[in-house]
Amino acid sequence: MAKETGISAFGAYIPRLRLKRQAAAMANAWLAPALIAKAKGFRSMANWDEDSLTMAVEACRDLLGPDDNREHVDSLAFASTTMPFADRQNSAIVAAALTLKEDMRSWDASASMRAGTSALIQAFVSARAGEGSALVVASDKRRARAASAQELDYGDGAAAFLVGQGEGIAKFLGSHTLTVDFADHFRGASEEFDYHWEERWIRDEGFAKLVPQTVGALFKKTGAKPSDVKHFILPCPFPRIVGGLAKSCGVSPDAVRDSLAEEVGATGAAHPFLMLAHALEEAKPGEKILLAQFASGCDALLFEATKDIKAKVSHRRGVSGHLSERQEEENYMKFLVFNGLIEWEKGMRAEQDRKTALTTLYRNREAILGLVGGKCSKTGTIQFPRTRISVNPNDPAVDTQEPYKFAERRAKILSWSGDYLSFGVNPPNHYGMMVFDEGGRIMMDMTDVSPGEVETGMLVRMVFRVKDVDEKRGFTRYFWKAVPVR
Amino acid sequence: MATGIKDKVAILGMGCSKFGERWDSNPEDLMVEAYLEAMKDAAIEPSQIDAAWFSHHIDEVGVGKGGTPLSNALRLPNIAVTRVENFCASGSESFRGAVYAVAAGAADIALALGVEKLKDTGYGGLPTSNMGTYSPQVAPNGSAPGSFAQLASAYRAKHKVSKDDLKRAIAHVSVKSHANGAKNPKAHLRREVSEEQVMNAPMIAEPLGLFDCCGVSDGAAAAIVTTPEIAKSMGKENIITVKALQLSLSNGLESQHNSWDGSYFHTARIAAKKAYNEAGITKPREEISMMEVHDCFSITEMVTMEDLFISPEGGAVKDVMDGFYDSDGKVPCQIDGGLKCFGHPIGASGLRMLYEMYLQLQGRAGDRQLENPKIGLTHNLGGAPSQNVCSVAIVGSSDV
Repeated sequence: MAKETGISAFGAYIPRLRLKRQAAAMANAWLAPALIAKAKGFRSMANWDEDSLTMAVEACRDLLGPDDNREHVDSLAFASTTMPFADRQNSAIVAAALTLKEDMRSWDASASMRAGTSALIQAFVSARAGEGSALVVASDKRRARAASAQELDYGDGAAAFLVGQGEGIAKFLGSHTLTVDFADHFRGASEEFDYHWEERWIRDEGFAKLVPQTVGALFKKTGAKPSDVKHFILPCPFPRIVGGLAKSCGVSPDAVRDSLAEEVGATGAAHPFLMLAHALEEAKPGEKILLAQFASGCDALLFEATKDIKAKVSHRRGVSGHLSERQEEENYMKFLVFNGLIEWEKGMRAEQDRKTALTTLYRNREAILGLVGGKCSKTGTIQFPRTRISVNPNDPAVDTQEPYKFAERRAKILSWSGDYLSFGVNPPNHYGMMVFDEGGRIMMDMTDVSPGEVETGMLVRMVFRVKDVDEKRGFTRYFWKAVPVR
Repeated sequence: MATGIKDKVAILGMGCSKFGERWDSNPEDLMVEAYLEAMKDAAIEPSQIDAAWFSHHIDEVGVGKGGTPLSNALRLPNIAVTRVENFCASGSESFRGAVYAVAAGAADIALALGVEKLKDTGYGGLPTSNMGTYSPQVAPNGSAPGSFAQLASAYRAKHKVSKDDLKRAIAHVSVKSHANGAKNPKAHLRREVSEEQVMNAPMIAEPLGLFDCCGVSDGAAAAIVTTPEIAKSMGKENIITVKALQLSLSNGLESQHNSWDGSYFHTARIAAKKAYNEAGITKPREEISMMEVHDCFSITEMVTMEDLFISPEGGAVKDVMDGFYDSDGKVPCQIDGGLKCFGHPIGASGLRMLYEMYLQLQGRAGDRQLENPKIGLTHNLGGAPSQNVCSVAIVGSSDV
């Protein structure tokens, strides 16, 4: 008999900035007056130095917590339709940032809004087969043209699940997938933006037919009663039809989950994950959760919350934590600049070549991607980066340093400045010396701060962000930055 | 045991080009300008120069690599030219090389010349320079003002100085230098400014505004050194000798070890102590007649007053506001206008500082001449507060 599998942990990430839809809609009202109808609520807005990969890392960190021993993760799947690299495994970068073990499977799932849910199904298949625990993360930062409806509808975000044997906090009851080439929208391999077909057709021929077919098959397969479903998750661009679709599946319309449209927007392949994470935060033991994702057919997964669902996980911000940590943004121009939607004058300082020596990156991958420094086994001196000779002035011991992870540790600002001279996408560039409570210091960039906010002594934590974009070669460079502990 | 450099080497001649936006001049022209002045002052022929040291920092603009740019520009008689680069302290490094060669007896007469042509970048401020292949992947996306501005945040926190008080004190640092620079025909910026102007200038890197930053300019400076005996035999009067030459480099402590608090220059304190020891100075606040320090930014100069043990720790704000470092103060600082008004053609700056000390000690500083100075100190710093090269040199009359 097949072994029980389930979700043992989850995490989420939503960028702090929330663009007020009204600000965007009003800026474009002269051009696209119909957008006024969408001028409600907020959409999440990645900072200029966030992309699908950095958000994936943060969602996984939200799941994994401050314990930097991550030996228990046996595989990683990263699902996104907006990965920074078409060829260079993105999940390998995520794994390096998380300092996961190198003896591990990893893969990227892409090219569909189903990328996340399909990767999740695959994780249960491998868990059931005894392949160990699987970390699955979905993240998207979808680009949309200025003044498009998608610009207002979309949001940026990520969520992650750890899947393994045992019921965990949500027992996996089964899944069903329908694979149908229904192209409601597409994005050619070399294109920047999505191309959408008529909404009425997508609604009537797509959602209305394929979702009930898939969900029905799942209920049949699992023997579960539709009426037992207390949480019905279906990301859908037509919010008004979801209740009806639930009903046509035999599920009470009351079970339909909040789509997060008011605060976040549609986060692409990450959205079913975000909504599931949100449901897990609110589900009671024994409640059944149905997760469906429409795209080139449909994925449907069924879960049952276990008694452990209410166990407190103090480190996790989750969806609700991130929903409450927000900064409203009314500057639509900032959104355009952050998303590369406008040609702006960057000045000569931006012309600096940002070519990355891949050899150097590889040799120093633990330091650069994992923020791993050194700790002297003789004196206990902690330092970054790890070097052959210790920085301890009283005992510069040689070859005594063991790897020491900084990423999950807190630091305080010793010195800082807000720099208007150097090139930056969100000036002034804040940076300074971060001194770690347990030892060590790093002169590093800060992010997610505003002028007037930074001061010496402020407590900060580390986040994984885009360091530079080498536009000449299409290479994104990543490193860690400091953000205030709020 | 090392006996130190004191009085072993004399300055035979010095030269300094006009600093500024020298749109009409190639770096070679600036080198020749400083060189010819130094040669005239030394009253020697090119064939008498045994070896030369050449300081130049930025490859992206300027003369390119190697020592040949100096040899070619000056048509030196196929002698050894050593190219040196040590961040913004490069000028002091070329001087050190030449002085040591003379002290070692390897050369009777040696030339040190530094040049930088910064105004070929197309924009204001220093060009972004090469940091190798590792640092750009981790170091902040910053600038020189952003690095040095951090001194202010740490200094304020350590000494409990309010934002406004510190801003006014560093403003006074710039006001004083502008007043001095206005009197110097070779300075780039020759306009007096008020504290209010400085404090209300556009922000460059919090809390440093435009007038807290030194100028950016083109320039060259040169020194010809020999032994005091040779200088005397050549009929040189009022001989100025080198009393101390010290250089201290960061070893990663400031940037990686939590013992440094970010409010001062670790290297400057070490170099200053060694220099005073080498020169036999025990009470710098009383014994130093005047100083040229590395005022790349106003805050740098202010904390340096403590690092050189002239102001007590935490006492620089008071000394600055009391006018202790003004031209009529106890220890005039930046009497030529400093980097503030000369700008900072990197390879030349250390030599330019020595040039002013030399002129003052010889009583040849014109409108800026101080009354009977005996000992001059130059402080030439390169890098950033957390990772730097610091040179402290002391020169004085040979009879002191």
